[in-house]
Amino acid sequence: MSFERPTFRHPQQAKNEAGYTRKDYEGAISTLCAGCGHDSATAGIIQACFELNVEPHRVAKMSGIGCSSKTPAYFLGRSHGFNSVHGRMPSIATGANMANRDLLYIGVSGDGDTASIGMGQFAHALRRNLNLNYLCMNNGCYGLTKGQDSATADKGSAGKKGVPNPYASIDLCELAIELGASYVARGFSGDKKQLVPLIKGAFAHSGLAFIDIISPCVTFNNTSTSTKSYEYVREHIEATNTFDFIPLQQEILADYEEGTSQAVTMHDGSIIHLHKADSSKDVTNRLIAVNNLETEKAKGRLLTGLLYVNQEIMETHDIINSTLRPLNSLTERDLCPGNQALQKINDSLR
Amino acid sequence: MKPTNIEDPNYFHKVIDCQYACPSHTPVPEYLRLISQGKYDEAFKINWISNVFPGILGRICDRPCEPACRRSRVEDNPVAICRLKRVASDYKSADISFLPIIPKEKNGKKIALIGAGPASLTVARDLLPLGYEVDLYDDQSRAGGFIRTQVPSFRLPEKVLNEEVDRILNLGVNTFFNHRVNSLKEMLDKNYDAVFIGTGAPRGRDLPNLPGRDEADASVFIGIDYLASVLYRHITHSPSKVLVLGGGNTAMDCCRMAKRLGGDEVKVLVRSPISDMKASPWEIEDAQEEGIPIIENHSPVDFVVKAGILVGMHFQKVAAHYDDEGKRSLVPTDEPPVFIPCDQVILAVGQQNAYPYLDVELEMNKWGLPVLDELTHQSSIPNLFFGGDAAFGPKNVITAVAHGHEAAISIDLYCQDKDLHDRPEPITTLISQKMGLQDWLYDSHISDDRRYAVPTVDKVKSLKNRLVEVELGFSKQTGHQEAMRCLNCDVQTVFDAVTCIECDSCVDICPESCINFIDNASEAELRKNIMIPANNKEQSLYVSAPVATGRVMVKDENVCLHCGLCAERCPTSSWEMMKFTFNSAQAGQK
Repeated sequence: MSFERPTFRHPQQAKNEAGYTRKDYEGAISTLCAGCGHDSATAGIIQACFELNVEPHRVAKMSGIGCSSKTPAYFLGRSHGFNSVHGRMPSIATGANMANRDLLYIGVSGDGDTASIGMGQFAHALRRNLNLNYLCMNNGCYGLTKGQDSATADKGSAGKKGVPNPYASIDLCELAIELGASYVARGFSGDKKQLVPLIKGAFAHSGLAFIDIISPCVTFNNTSTSTKSYEYVREHIEATNTFDFIPLQQEILADYEEGTSQAVTMHDGSIIHLHKADSSKDVTNRLIAVNNLETEKAKGRLLTGLLYVNQEIMETHDIINSTLRPLNSLTERDLCPGNQALQKINDSLR
Repeated sequence: MKPTNIEDPNYFHKVIDCQYACPSHTPVPEYLRLISQGKYDEAFKINWISNVFPGILGRICDRPCEPACRRSRVEDNPVAICRLKRVASDYKSADISFLPIIPKEKNGKKIALIGAGPASLTVARDLLPLGYEVDLYDDQSRAGGFIRTQVPSFRLPEKVLNEEVDRILNLGVNTFFNHRVNSLKEMLDKNYDAVFIGTGAPRGRDLPNLPGRDEADASVFIGIDYLASVLYRHITHSPSKVLVLGGGNTAMDCCRMAKRLGGDEVKVLVRSPISDMKASPWEIEDAQEEGIPIIENHSPVDFVVKAGILVGMHFQKVAAHYDDEGKRSLVPTDEPPVFIPCDQVILAVGQQNAYPYLDVELEMNKWGLPVLDELTHQSSIPNLFFGGDAAFGPKNVITAVAHGHEAAISIDLYCQDKDLHDRPEPITTLISQKMGLQDWLYDSHISDDRRYAVPTVDKVKSLKNRLVEVELGFSKQTGHQEAMRCLNCDVQTVFDAVTCIECDSCVDICPESCINFIDNASEAELRKNIMIPANNKEQSLYVSAPVATGRVMVKDENVCLHCGLCAERCPTSSWEMMKFTFNSAQAGQK
């Protein structure tokens, strides 16, 4: 029982500016259930990498345990990666990031991996504002162990077993804003038009970018009684605003009428243009951002889009003033600067 | 766009590019599949029912299927469909149970066929099982027509030809060979219920106005007559230097034949660039492979005769110019005419229709062809039908076979006093291929193999003897591998918008990025708006009814591999892989 993906691709498949086709960002064929939201989230990552001309060998993929944590095998087959212990993705990512700040870090986790066993790790990565793209594929259940409710399952929601969840749920986005993440967004695996720009914005952002990707579990949690089914999410989705992501090298072609949009310049010079509709929400203020989430929740709506962005918060390297160079490029002379340097330090302490 | 009507048999038929392109609509993917399973008898039978001459067509078909093959849009080369047809013919058993039963009791209707080529033989095969009595007239001593007189044995051995022709004659055709029909009136007066004319396009074009043509006559031959003369051994050898004029398949046959008969300096001269030649690319390759140069952009000026003997020809160099509509004109260059010495010239510059037996009032068009109903092949004389090259001008064997099928249907309807335009429908089926998880009734694996070359006889040997067939045909093993290159375009991707939950799994898995869920628009806009623009307008867009979000599914059929991954990854079976069979109607079908 196995199937493979043909090697042929569309002959008119475009190349990006880095010279890669979409195929160069693919990984192995997915072994997740047919229809799993995670596969769509994976395709969103591939699309974002392709569009941003990411060089596959400059990416490190980190993950924990779970259906979601399997996905790094299904994208960027020619990148670096580490599949860690359950819930320990943030600490592995922290270590890697400390050793080499030049790579693009994609941490993939799930609602179990993040909101249960890995909650402590999650909290501290947020607090340090680690320069990491933390993508949580959130389906509200433990798919790998037959669909038990997870900590993000909404109260009253029932999956395939039919028993409503009696506990309150954890809102990972609120938590992320609360604990110090500098870029917080929510997407839906069934809407790549929104998801791909969110991922691209995260990649351009310096600091912890957290994206809660609602990603239905088609096998255990896609029932009419679940709040994380394709149908329910589509019916209850609300967006902060739509936005364009404009990479640094790209000319701004769209005409933005004054007062109708807000531009946020990212650290790498890219710009996010937030389109203000009547119902649009301010996403640069932490208080308002949390308020937005709570307001929509009270109305029974699920708020998606870019929820909060703050370019002022320093990322871990800047906080601890660490070396700009990857550790493996430091020579003996850099690490042992000699007796004179030591004397200087000793003198400063006298 | 409106949702695609998949109930229309033409929609899925068109997706099967090869079958759609074939004038006879032979179910190609089905017989390739049978070959890959080693079921040569069944593969042969499918061919025989549809195209009547699998062994012959497996060698000399014009292969309209191959340029149409989806594989050539996915990678460099189409599946070698024609040569696989030969595989079915080469490895079939002696079993003849596929032959129809010919009723002992006839239906009382008598049909005359004039000309024993592929069109007439097809009519005979289609009508005999229905109880018709069939009289076949030809001025040659054996049946086959063009295929016998003008296709050289090094491309089609006589044994293969005889086997396929005799198979039909043995069904009970009354043959009148060495019987030239000189008067159509006489034939019509014989009280046949219907008369079918399949006399081909028997006259080779000459260049009568070229200076020196008359003086050089002893050394100038018309291509198709030349080939026939070789067959009947009136011509047994070539002089040293032979020029063949013309760029079609007959020119290629003539030059290769002259080479075999002793011509050591055989050259082909064409007026156009090589890229514009009418000959099939593989025929051109075969000629060049045998060391025959093809000299392009040379227009003949005159024959040079000295002391009554042809010594050469002058040619004017020309350049091809194309106007905005792509129409070509050959403009002479400033260079002086080129002299090319030769001992013999073979003119293969086209074929013409001729109806020397025409002595009745028959409506003809401005091209000198009979006025026919394109669908029924009926002429202005109600019981007179035409097919093959005699009907609409020179085409090819497979077209003649298709004409034969249509004419047989018409004759059958005519003899029953039925409306000729109320024709039997093709028989189609659409059957799910799902067996279970990742388990299909068809082999969905996509082979990475590139097209296999057909092995050939050693050149030294084949160039010595015109009777040695150049191509050896595929081995069973290579035939299997080549057949596995087929993309199973008859296994259709069928989409149901009602059950779709828009999870995007099909979009994400599709290796060819064919599938899209977007807002509906006009066809032109949809072609632009999808992930990879659908620039090949020959290929359809498959558009669904709106899904829950109001968008529509749009699939560009162009380079779909029919790998089944969309259906494999679909959680709700909204995609299904279903085999579509299309069998053209035949005479007698209810």
